[in-house]
Amino acid sequence: MSNSIKLTLNIWRQANRHAKGRFETYQPKDLSTDMSILEMLDSLNDEMIAAGKEPITFEHDCREGICGTCGIMINGMAHGPDRGTTTCQLYLRRFKDGDTLVLEPWRAKAFPVIKDLLVDRSAFDRIQMAGGYISVNVGNAPEANSILIPKDVALEAFDAAVCIGCGACVAACKNASAMLFVSAKVGHLSLMPQGHPERHDRALNMIAQMDAEGFGSCTNTLECSAACPKEISPKWIQRLNGEYIQAATVTRR
Amino acid sequence: MILDPRTPSGPLDQRWAKAKEEMRLVGPINRRKFKVIIVGTGLAGASAAASLGQQGYDVHCFTFHDSPRRAHSIAAQGGINAAKNYQNDGDSTWRLFYDTIKGGDFRARESNVYRLAQNSANIIDQCVAQGVPFAREYGGTLANRTFGGVLVSRTFYARGQTGQQLLLGAYSSLMREVHEQRVKLYTRHEMHDLIVKDGVAQGIVTRNLMTGEVEAHTAHAVLLCTGGYTNVYYLSTTAMASNVSATWRAYKRGAYFGNPCYVQIHPTCIPVSGHYQSKLTLMSESLRNVGRIWVPRTPGDKRHPNDIPEAERIYFLEERYPTYSNMVPRDVASRNCKEYCDKGHGVGASGDSVYLDFREAIAKEGEPTIRSKYGNLFDMYHKIMGEDPYKQPMKIYPGPHYVMGGLWVDYHLMSNIPGLFVLGEANFSDHGANRLGASALMQGLSDGYFVAPYTVSNYLANKMNTQPLSASDDVCKEAIDNTRNLIDRFLKAKGNQSSESFHRRLGKILFDKVGISRTKQGLQEAITEIQALREDFWNNVRVPGDASYVNQELEKAGRIIDFIEFGELMARDALHREESCGGHFRAEHQIDGEAKRDDDNFAYAAAWQFNGLDKEPTVHKDELKFESVKLTQRSYK
Repeated sequence: MSNSIKLTLNIWRQANRHAKGRFETYQPKDLSTDMSILEMLDSLNDEMIAAGKEPITFEHDCREGICGTCGIMINGMAHGPDRGTTTCQLYLRRFKDGDTLVLEPWRAKAFPVIKDLLVDRSAFDRIQMAGGYISVNVGNAPEANSILIPKDVALEAFDAAVCIGCGACVAACKNASAMLFVSAKVGHLSLMPQGHPERHDRALNMIAQMDAEGFGSCTNTLECSAACPKEISPKWIQRLNGEYIQAATVTRR
Repeated sequence: MILDPRTPSGPLDQRWAKAKEEMRLVGPINRRKFKVIIVGTGLAGASAAASLGQQGYDVHCFTFHDSPRRAHSIAAQGGINAAKNYQNDGDSTWRLFYDTIKGGDFRARESNVYRLAQNSANIIDQCVAQGVPFAREYGGTLANRTFGGVLVSRTFYARGQTGQQLLLGAYSSLMREVHEQRVKLYTRHEMHDLIVKDGVAQGIVTRNLMTGEVEAHTAHAVLLCTGGYTNVYYLSTTAMASNVSATWRAYKRGAYFGNPCYVQIHPTCIPVSGHYQSKLTLMSESLRNVGRIWVPRTPGDKRHPNDIPEAERIYFLEERYPTYSNMVPRDVASRNCKEYCDKGHGVGASGDSVYLDFREAIAKEGEPTIRSKYGNLFDMYHKIMGEDPYKQPMKIYPGPHYVMGGLWVDYHLMSNIPGLFVLGEANFSDHGANRLGASALMQGLSDGYFVAPYTVSNYLANKMNTQPLSASDDVCKEAIDNTRNLIDRFLKAKGNQSSESFHRRLGKILFDKVGISRTKQGLQEAITEIQALREDFWNNVRVPGDASYVNQELEKAGRIIDFIEFGELMARDALHREESCGGHFRAEHQIDGEAKRDDDNFAYAAAWQFNGLDKEPTVHKDELKFESVKLTQRSYK
C-alpha cells in the first residue's frame, strides 16, 4: 500500500555546458513511497511548470533498467544506495520520511554536463567505434550451429555483455576511469570464438580511444563494480589487462 | 488511388527468390553516389544502416537518443523466433509462417509473412556471427524455448535480455560502419517533417536537440525505422520517449496509415500502483512457460495467495484452452484476464490483476534452474513491487505493449509515397491483427538485414545520374518553416499545465475506450473526447524555456500533440472495422467470448489518407488474398 513521504531535495542546476552550476533546494508535494526517483522528479517538474518555473532536465527512457539512459548521483552514490539498481528502479520506499537527497549529474572530464542532471556520454560510442564489434558483413555468416560454444563460456560472455552503457562506473570512480565499461566490451567479444580474429587490435584500439577521451586510470578501488547496476565483476578489468599485455606483446604493428 | 501491394505471383515459397532475381542492382562503384537517410537506430534502423553501409551507399542515420544503443528494441526480453527446427519437433518454414498468419487472425499478407519465416534462419546465423551470446546447451549448440500461440520450441534467447543483446549486435555493426565512414551518424537529432516533392520522398527536417537548429537533409531515399506508437496510451511497456511523430508527420504529408487500431495488450505487466505511475514494466511471456495463471474461485477473496488452497483457485486458461493452456496468444490471454477481473475475481489493490504462480515450477525444477532462466525478471519484479516472486505468485495485469498498425507499405516495404520506406514496428505489414511473442525482433531484423538492402537498391537503380534535392529548394524551406511555426506555437501557449498531463488524460480515454474491448458507442465517445482534449491542450498547455538549447518540455510537447491527433485516427479505424480480429475486439462481434471475424467484408488492410485535421480521413482498402491457407475461426482449445 502506498504511503506518503516527505523529502528535501538538493538538486544540481546548471543552464548549459559553460554556465556555473549550483545546488537548489526543493520540497516536492504529495510524494509516495511507491514512486520511483524519476517519478518524483516528474511530479516536481509538473509542480514547477504550473508555477511558471524552469523544470529540471534529466535523462531517462525505458524506466526498467535496461536502456542505460538514466543516471543520477544520489547522496554521492551512482544510481543511489542499492546494489544492482538503476536510478529508474530506485523507489522512495528505500528512504526515510524527512531524509534529504542530494541529486547530482555524473561528474567526469569525459562526460561534460550539458544541462542540470544531463551529461554527454558520447565518449562511450567513440570507444565502441574503435573496435567494439566483430567485422562480419551481412550475408557472410556461417550456419549458426557450426560455431559450438560451451554453455559456461556463453554464460560468462553474457555476464559481460549485459553492460547497459550508463556510465555509473565512471561516475563512481575517483579517477573517472572507464576500465569496467571497456573491459566488459572487450571481455564479451574476446571470450566468444567469433571475436578471436580481431581480439588483439580490439583491446589496443579501444584502450587507446579510452585514453584519448580523457578517462582516468584504474587504481583498483573497485567502486565501479559496486556501483554497476548490472553488477559486472571487476575480474573483467584483470582480464582486460591480460588481453592488453598479450596484444601489446604479440601484435605485429 | 488504387494501392498496389506489388506482391509477386507464383508458388508461395518461391516468391521472394523470384522477386529478388527480378530486382535491379546498383554496381559497387556507383553506390556511393546514392544518399540514403535512415531515421531510427533500433533493430530495424541499425540493421538497415549497417547493411546499406556495408554495400557502399552513402548512409545518413539519425536518432533522437544520445546513442543508437538506447533505442527501445533494447528492452525486448523473451526471444526471437526462427524456423531452424534444431529441436527436431516438427518445425519448418511453413509452420512458422502458418503460426504467424493464424496468430495474426488472418489479417496479414501471405507473401510478406512467408518471406519473414524464410529469413528467420539467416537472422540467427547473422546474430551469432556478430557475437550475440545466445543461450546454449552443454554440447555448445543453441538452446530454444517455447512462446505463446505455437506448439514447437523455436525461440532463441539470451536470458531475459534478448532484445538488448540483438540490439547491441546491430549497434556494434552500425558503429563499425560509422568508424569506416560509410555511415554518418547524427545523434540527438529528432525528425520533424518529411520532405516530399513531385510526389516523391526526398528528405527530412530535423531539430538538433542540443542546439535547437532546424535543418533540411535531402537524399535519394528515406527509411523510417521509428518504432511503434504504443506510448499513445501513456501507461505502456514502451520507453517514455517512444512516439508516433515521424510516421504521423509522414502521414500528414500523404503517406497512408495502415490498421492504426491494431494494438497488442500484453497480459503480463506489473500492475499500476498509483496516479503518479509513469510506465508499465513487462514480465516476459516466456514466464508463461513455467508460471500458471489463476484467480481465486470466490470473487473478492482477500486471502494471501499462499493461503488459498488448490481447490479454490481457477486456472482459467488451462480449463478453457487445454491444448495451448497458459501459452495462448497474448490477445486471447489478455481478454480472458479482463473477463475474470470484470466478474470480480481480480486481485491486487484495484482488483484488476491475476496471479502468475511459479510454485509448481520451483518445486519441480528447483530454484537455481528457475533463477538461471528468469532471474533478471524475478529481480525486476521484486524491486518494483517489493514482493518476492520466489515466495509468492506475481500479480500481473494487461498493458499496451506493441502495435501491429503502422504506415502502409507494399511488398518492397515502400509506402505509397515513392522513396519512403518503412521498416520494423513502424510499418503495418507482417503481424496482422495480433503479433505472436518473439516475432517483433524477427521482423525488425528481417526488414533491416535481408529485405531493405534488396528493395532499396532496386528503387535507387532507377535514380541513376540524379542528385538529391537541393536543401535550399522551396519545399525544404516550407517544411522548415512548418516545423518552426509549430515550435513557436508551443512556446507562445499561455496555459499552466504540463504537456505530460494531457498525455495521461489521452491515455485514460484510449485505454478505457480503444483498449482490450471496444464498442461502437465507446469509440464515438472517444473521438469526441479526444477532439476536446486537443482544443484543451492548445488553450492550457505551458511549454517553458526557449528553442535555442536543450528543452525537454518542447520535445515532449511535439510528441504529445501528435499522439492526441493520432489517437483520433485509432478510434476512427476501430469504429470502421465492424468485426473482431486479434487484438481488435469489438464487443458487438463475438462468438463464445472469442473474436468473430467478418471475412466477407473486412479481409483487407485499412490504409488511411489524411485530408486535414478537421476533416474525416479517407480509407483505402488493400484486399488480402489467401491462396495458401484456409481462413478458419482461430482456435487454441
